Amino acid sequence: MFSMKVISEAWPELVAAIPVTLQLTGSALLLGLGLALVIALMRLSSHAVLRLPALGFVDLFRSTPLLVQFFLIYYGSGQFRPELQEIGLWTFFREPWFCAVFTLMLNTAAYTSEIIRGGIQSVGHGQIEAGRACGMSKIMLFRRIILPQAARQALPAYGNEIILMVKSSSLASTITILEITGVAKKIIAATFAPMSVFLIAGVIYLTINFIVVIAVQALEVRLSPQLHRNRRSLRSRFITFFGNPTEPQEKT
Amino acid sequence: MDFSLLVYGDSGWGDEMLVGGLMTIAIATCSFLLGIVFAVIAAAAKLSQNIAFRGLATVYTTVIRGIPELLIIYLVFFGAGQLMRNVAVLFGYTEYFDLPVFVTGMICIGASSGAYSTEVIRGAVLAIPKGQLEAGKAIGMNKWLMFWRILVPQAARFALPGLGNIWQVTLKETALISVIGLADLMRKASEASGSTKEPFTFYFTALVIFYVITKVSGRGFVFAEARANRGVRRA
Repeated sequence: MFSMKVISEAWPELVAAIPVTLQLTGSALLLGLGLALVIALMRLSSHAVLRLPALGFVDLFRSTPLLVQFFLIYYGSGQFRPELQEIGLWTFFREPWFCAVFTLMLNTAAYTSEIIRGGIQSVGHGQIEAGRACGMSKIMLFRRIILPQAARQALPAYGNEIILMVKSSSLASTITILEITGVAKKIIAATFAPMSVFLIAGVIYLTINFIVVIAVQALEVRLSPQLHRNRRSLRSRFITFFGNPTEPQEKT
Repeated sequence: MDFSLLVYGDSGWGDEMLVGGLMTIAIATCSFLLGIVFAVIAAAAKLSQNIAFRGLATVYTTVIRGIPELLIIYLVFFGAGQLMRNVAVLFGYTEYFDLPVFVTGMICIGASSGAYSTEVIRGAVLAIPKGQLEAGKAIGMNKWLMFWRILVPQAARFALPGLGNIWQVTLKETALISVIGLADLMRKASEASGSTKEPFTFYFTALVIFYVITKVSGRGFVFAEARANRGVRRA
């Protein structure tokens, strides 16, 4: 089932594709986070002009498959080629890389804005009123009172979103980008040794996601100074990621 | 955009898209139900006293949740047929055959859906007060009777909101099966945009159909939840 020859040949190719996946995921997450913040604030606005478009955007992107969004933006833009050329946007939409980052950005922005909204709404009314009573401006109130607490509250959910994005970036292979899954498919089709290739690609993805989990937990500790006494060991982090099979669970 | 391409009949793609939509609903339903079967088994394994079962179930949920579904689809698509043929050769059947795409897709998406459902079902089972099972034992119910009359009805109620979310994720994931050739909504949209050179029209139609299916089934889960909770007093 496993062929050492295929493994040794596929290994360097798949490792070489790691930066592609990371760049794709990283740029989409970074841009998406900025957009998500704007959308979350629009969602919480009392003006319907701001609230409803944000609501529509979030609803549409969360209710439809990412693959459809990918194809709609990459292939669908071709239908408007003359118009796009006229306003000078065709140079972007013609590039698979741009379309992939753009689609992933919009998708993650829709999900992340809901996470941020939950975080912002979890900040107690009393604190905001206290800030106002001290004479803080709206911006200072947001920066000093709301944002730090909202970030702490939203971080665990955002960690899950990062992992989902690492997985979602694999869809970029359907629009010709050779990231880890794309390379894996190419090698599988050439060698017909699916198990060997899957083993390597799977290990790479699991490693990336494990590092994400550790990083998010480290950030959580940093953002929660009140919990500093509970420094978590590597073992406990391992357990949150892989579960703890050694400890017997409560019997029902 | 030319909407006359979407009419129902020979001149338009409306009927093809509709059939594709039904195929999407069918594969999503089958994958979701298969996922629940996987999840019940994995949740039972996670709750068991046996360390090997617990370990296996943990490996299953961690691996599936940490690896892209697309990669799993490629593995099963290229690997399962090969494996089945090798098994068939052992039984003296040497003709070439492939696993149907529907089954391949159902296994992949079901496995993925099951990994997410496992935690929901495990949580739902743990939410049932122990006293109820003890009461069942006390009046002499056997294990199966307790499972069917005490565990399942209540766990189903606790699990319903979580399963509703997973259903939506599963439905959206089924679009991925089109990459290995299942004639679902996505595939029909690709075929139509290939032959009419109007990709936006058809992918947008697919987007709208997916949106409608998601929303309608979402309402369905709200109704199911209300029905499941009809005997529960609310504080």
